[in-house]
Amino acid sequence: MSSVTPYLVLSAILFTIGCTGVLIRRNAIVVFMCVELMLNAANLALVAFSRLHGNLDGQVTAFFVMVVAAAEVVIGLAIIMTIFRTRRSASVDDASLLKW
Amino acid sequence: MVTGVFHLLWLVVALPAAGAAILLLGGRWAERWGRYLACALPIGSFVLSLILFSTLLGRDGNDRHVVQHLYTWIDTGHLTVRADLLFDPLSSLFLLLITGVGSLIHVYSLGYMAHDPRRTRFFAYLNLFVAAMLTLVLAENYLLLFLGWEGVGLASYLLIGFWQHKPSAAAAAKKAFVMNRVGDMGISLAIALCFTTFGSTSFAVVDAGAAHASRGAMTALGLLLLLGACGKSAQVPLQAWLLDAMEGPTPVSALIHAATMVTAGVYLMVRSNAVLDQAPAARTAVVVVAVVTLLWGAVIGCAKDDIKKVLAGSTMSQIGYMMLGAGLGPAGYAFAIFHLLTHGFFKANMFLGAGSVMHGMTGPDGEGDVDMRHYGALRRAMPVTFLTFAMGYLAIIGFPGFSGFWSKDKIIDAAWHEHWWIGALAMLGAGVTAFYMTRLMLMTFFGEKRWLQGVHPHESPRVMTGPLVVLAALSALGGLFLLGSWIQDYLAPVVGEPPAESAGLPAWLVSVLAVVVVAIGIAIAWLVFGRRPVPATAPEKVAWPITVARQDVYGDLINETFVVEPGRRLTSTLLQIDRYGVDGVLTGGPFAVGAFAGAFRKLQNGYVRSYALSFLGGGIVVVLALMVVNWQ
Repeated sequence: MSSVTPYLVLSAILFTIGCTGVLIRRNAIVVFMCVELMLNAANLALVAFSRLHGNLDGQVTAFFVMVVAAAEVVIGLAIIMTIFRTRRSASVDDASLLKW
Repeated sequence: MVTGVFHLLWLVVALPAAGAAILLLGGRWAERWGRYLACALPIGSFVLSLILFSTLLGRDGNDRHVVQHLYTWIDTGHLTVRADLLFDPLSSLFLLLITGVGSLIHVYSLGYMAHDPRRTRFFAYLNLFVAAMLTLVLAENYLLLFLGWEGVGLASYLLIGFWQHKPSAAAAAKKAFVMNRVGDMGISLAIALCFTTFGSTSFAVVDAGAAHASRGAMTALGLLLLLGACGKSAQVPLQAWLLDAMEGPTPVSALIHAATMVTAGVYLMVRSNAVLDQAPAARTAVVVVAVVTLLWGAVIGCAKDDIKKVLAGSTMSQIGYMMLGAGLGPAGYAFAIFHLLTHGFFKANMFLGAGSVMHGMTGPDGEGDVDMRHYGALRRAMPVTFLTFAMGYLAIIGFPGFSGFWSKDKIIDAAWHEHWWIGALAMLGAGVTAFYMTRLMLMTFFGEKRWLQGVHPHESPRVMTGPLVVLAALSALGGLFLLGSWIQDYLAPVVGEPPAESAGLPAWLVSVLAVVVVAIGIAIAWLVFGRRPVPATAPEKVAWPITVARQDVYGDLINETFVVEPGRRLTSTLLQIDRYGVDGVLTGGPFAVGAFAGAFRKLQNGYVRSYALSFLGGGIVVVLALMVVNWQ
């Protein structure tokens, strides 16, 4: 039982919660938050492994993930806002026109 | 050797061909004088033919063979076809018949078609017809002959359907054309076979090589040529077009039946004598076809009320005699040609006479009446037509002394020597001929008047009776060709010497028998149609043989049942196979792809959550796969 095991377990739990939230929630904001949760679970795992291996690779990657997540939040929230403005709804199931 | 006047041989064909070209291209410009030019050109050809004929007569018997090389028509690899004209005893007689009778028909048409608005075009077609027929008989190889053969087919199509505003005429023309195509297929296959067997289609090469070629190839060649001859000469089983061909103007019928077209098949058979001599099976087939046709045509002639159809049936029958002569081999070739010539005279005579009668019986509606039941007692109203027609009548039934007597008698005699049943059937045909021709004479010229109201029979103008008189004289005197067995000797260089007289019935006995049979036929006809008045409408209740004969011995029904209907079914089957088989394979692939895509595009349902589930599933699969791969 390594010293990073609790972190990894927490990471797995967070990821699973986020994943479940993405699959079952309809509110776009909540889905979005769940996606952030999954990203942060991944970040936690990266930092934990960085600690385990004693180098900075994982921490650097975590920074990159944060940068990408920040950019993603900007665009994602903008899209959600726009959809809400036009449809008066933030439900992901209502935005289902792009299909066969 | 081409010397002197023979250099002009090509002009015989060129004159009528030029006439057709000028009249067809000239259009309205040629309207006023076109028909006179069209008459003058065949007459010019006839004069030239006479000069050529007499020059040929002046030559020694074995030297009567002139080949004029015009140009090389086709020159490709092993196949070289020269456009050569052949002038020998056989083609010289045909030349005289075609240009002579053809010219008379042209002159007659001046009167007959005087009121037709499209007469210039009519004369152009007549010239084309004559030119094509002359090409046919002057050709020195089968391919050039085929050119003329097809030209005749085209011209007959144009002329039979000349009154194209009548649907029946258009249909008749189409029928003639299509049935001739069946025969033409035989000719084209025969030409191909000729080329593979002999390496050439020239008559000279084929005649020389026939004796050394295989029996099978010669039999096939003979049968294919017979098929072609059946189409053009209206022999069973390709006979049905001839009766419908009566839809054309009467001079056309005379031209088709006497001088051109139907004689082409007989010409082809006699010209191919070297092939037939090597193929006894094909010769037997010719004899069978001929005998069947001569009875078939005679039976049809017995029941028709349409004067032209009676004559059409008789043409079939008489051509059957000629084919019989050709099928009898060296004993019959010369007589086939002899009968062809005399038939050309008396049949042209009778057709033009029938046209004259129709012209005289023209009703108030302007249509010539062809129903013999509306005739009767015309001998006083149209004396010239009656007398000239009578000459043709006496000739065709074989009244002793007239041309038909000599020619038909010779063929029947030769048939007796071949086999007794052929002779007996040919003689029976002569009796039936006498019956229906007597019936025609009695119904048309004798008995009481059965004219429709408003019909005032009158004699035709001179321009029509003139040719009739000439043809009547020829019908009566055509037997002179036989004087001192001239025609056999004259044709011997082409068709070979007739064999020595074999044992069998003596010739005089055959003649007497034939005359007796003919007399019986006349007597029966007189008993039925001469003694009693002829009903003005055809009786409805008649014995079955008459019903059969009125239906052309079911010729159309047989074609319909055994050719047209199976053909139609075959094409519709092929169409189904094409639509569902061939097209099915080709369109089936794209269709399957389309159906597959149609089913799977439903996965693209637009719900983000289900896409996310797919991501998750995919991710799990990737992780599991990595775990499996990296399993220690």
